[in-house]
Amino acid sequence: MPGRMSHTQVIGIGNGWRRDDGVGPAVAALLAGRPKLRTAVLPGEGTELIAAWTGCERVVVVDAMRSGAAAGTIRHFDAVAAPLPVGAFPRLSHAFGLAEAIEMARILGRLPRRLEIYGIEAADLGDGAGLSAEVERAAHQVAAAIMSSE
Amino acid sequence: MTTRVIKVDALARVEGEGSLRVRIKDGRVKELQFGIFEPPRFFEAFLVGRDFREAPDIAARICGICPIAYELGAIQAMEDALDVQVPQPIRDLRRLIYCGEWIESHALHVYLLHAPDFLGLPDALQLARQDRELVQRALRLKKIGNDILEVIGGRPVHPVNLKVGGFYRVPTRRELLRLADDLKWAVEETLATVRLVAGFDFPPLEQDYTFVALRHEDEYAIQEGRLVSNKGLDIPVRAFLDHFDEEHVRHSNALHGTMKAVQTPYKVGPLARYAINHDKLGSLARQAAGAAGLGAVVRNPFQSIVVRAVELVQACVDALALVERYEPPEAPAVPVEPRAAEGHGCTEAPRGICYHHYRLAEDGSILLARIVPPTAQNQKIIESDLRKVVEAHLDLADQALQWRCEQAIRNYDPCISCATHFLKLTVERE
Repeated sequence: MPGRMSHTQVIGIGNGWRRDDGVGPAVAALLAGRPKLRTAVLPGEGTELIAAWTGCERVVVVDAMRSGAAAGTIRHFDAVAAPLPVGAFPRLSHAFGLAEAIEMARILGRLPRRLEIYGIEAADLGDGAGLSAEVERAAHQVAAAIMSSE
Repeated sequence: MTTRVIKVDALARVEGEGSLRVRIKDGRVKELQFGIFEPPRFFEAFLVGRDFREAPDIAARICGICPIAYELGAIQAMEDALDVQVPQPIRDLRRLIYCGEWIESHALHVYLLHAPDFLGLPDALQLARQDRELVQRALRLKKIGNDILEVIGGRPVHPVNLKVGGFYRVPTRRELLRLADDLKWAVEETLATVRLVAGFDFPPLEQDYTFVALRHEDEYAIQEGRLVSNKGLDIPVRAFLDHFDEEHVRHSNALHGTMKAVQTPYKVGPLARYAINHDKLGSLARQAAGAAGLGAVVRNPFQSIVVRAVELVQACVDALALVERYEPPEAPAVPVEPRAAEGHGCTEAPRGICYHHYRLAEDGSILLARIVPPTAQNQKIIESDLRKVVEAHLDLADQALQWRCEQAIRNYDPCISCATHFLKLTVERE
């Protein structure tokens, strides 16, 4: 596809004022300014996600999960290879969130060549800033994994 | 005697969680309940005790699709209470960001949520498989609406730049003019949308609705006006509670809106706005409506998709004009001083009128807050429509009847999260 961008686009989804929901933005902040990486923080709305990754060669999305696993558990998905598991990530208003955006982009031919999703199990989604210790550790691990796989 | 039971546990393509239960006995609807089981969200209680300046950003969190409706409703009420007048450029910027909200909300609903009903498709993904280009255009249109919210409001979802008295920062002329080319495309695209949806098949259903909408002398009302009905009501926003009330029903966590004088359901949203304000549509939108076969009043709720498309034309035309003539105001906001006071606000959210009432203490803290969202007001008329839809289609098999019922609910683009602040359907045939 013409015009593909060679950098890796990291997209952190979440709200930094809802504790561990801010882990996506936290990973984006850890990677901001690194060479060959661009970072963005988005609320997870589907149209914005598709627009953000269209034309990119490699995209890594980081979002909080609530699957019942231990806090800080990291899951890694290859979204080009297969749809996200049903219910793995929270659905957004009018049901057009990350999972729906991936499937819509797949049909429309607007998936990046590589699209990886990191899900980090949240512990606390209460009010306020700051991650719980397990999630903070996981954020650093994911940031390191993204850089090392560059 | 025959009994039929149709059950929908979770209605798709609406915002929030609701259900529908229908019991049919001997060919007649004996019981019909549009239930909202999404839990109450207590926003009004959250607002009490907070500073008046916090109300817009707190209220915005009621909805991710129509945050501007909540922000501007709260702002208008505070400015009413504190006797604040804003200059025209700030008023224009508020209308522009509200046009952005209408564009993103209507584009999502018309193409991705409601059109599949008319095309016999289960969802937008199937629509994309069938017509890739159409969905590409829909996403572009929605993104244009999001872009307006971002440029003026700071971000596309839950903007943070609106305040009582104006804005924290106003965009430069250059920042807004970057939207112009996209909006020119959007005007042409929305005209094509009207032509497309006007060609759908509409199930026959007409009701003698009581329409209630805002009306403004100079424009198709969005962010201000008087409350007007097609049955003689014409009141200022501050008189809302004299004429409208809410009641609790067992099957809904959202209060049902009622009109005090007549105790009959009333209807808010696109069909109401269109009926009350047809003469205020711009020439392009009015011509598009005429070419689509719409009269000055539309009483078939299934044609709401066409009216929404006409409103998309209007919002894009207005947004383009506002962008092209924009000159930044001298100051981003006017000063606001707190005092003990009471104020009312009402704007046209994409789904209909959204009313706010606040009472403030001397220091500006909120003593009382009341918000009446559009979907709460439409619940009784949705049930009324559904009763007629079920009775007119008793010959349909349960699955087909369920489809038609869900389509009828989606005529209202209901935002159940707002109203409680989706659909489980049970049909029992006896």
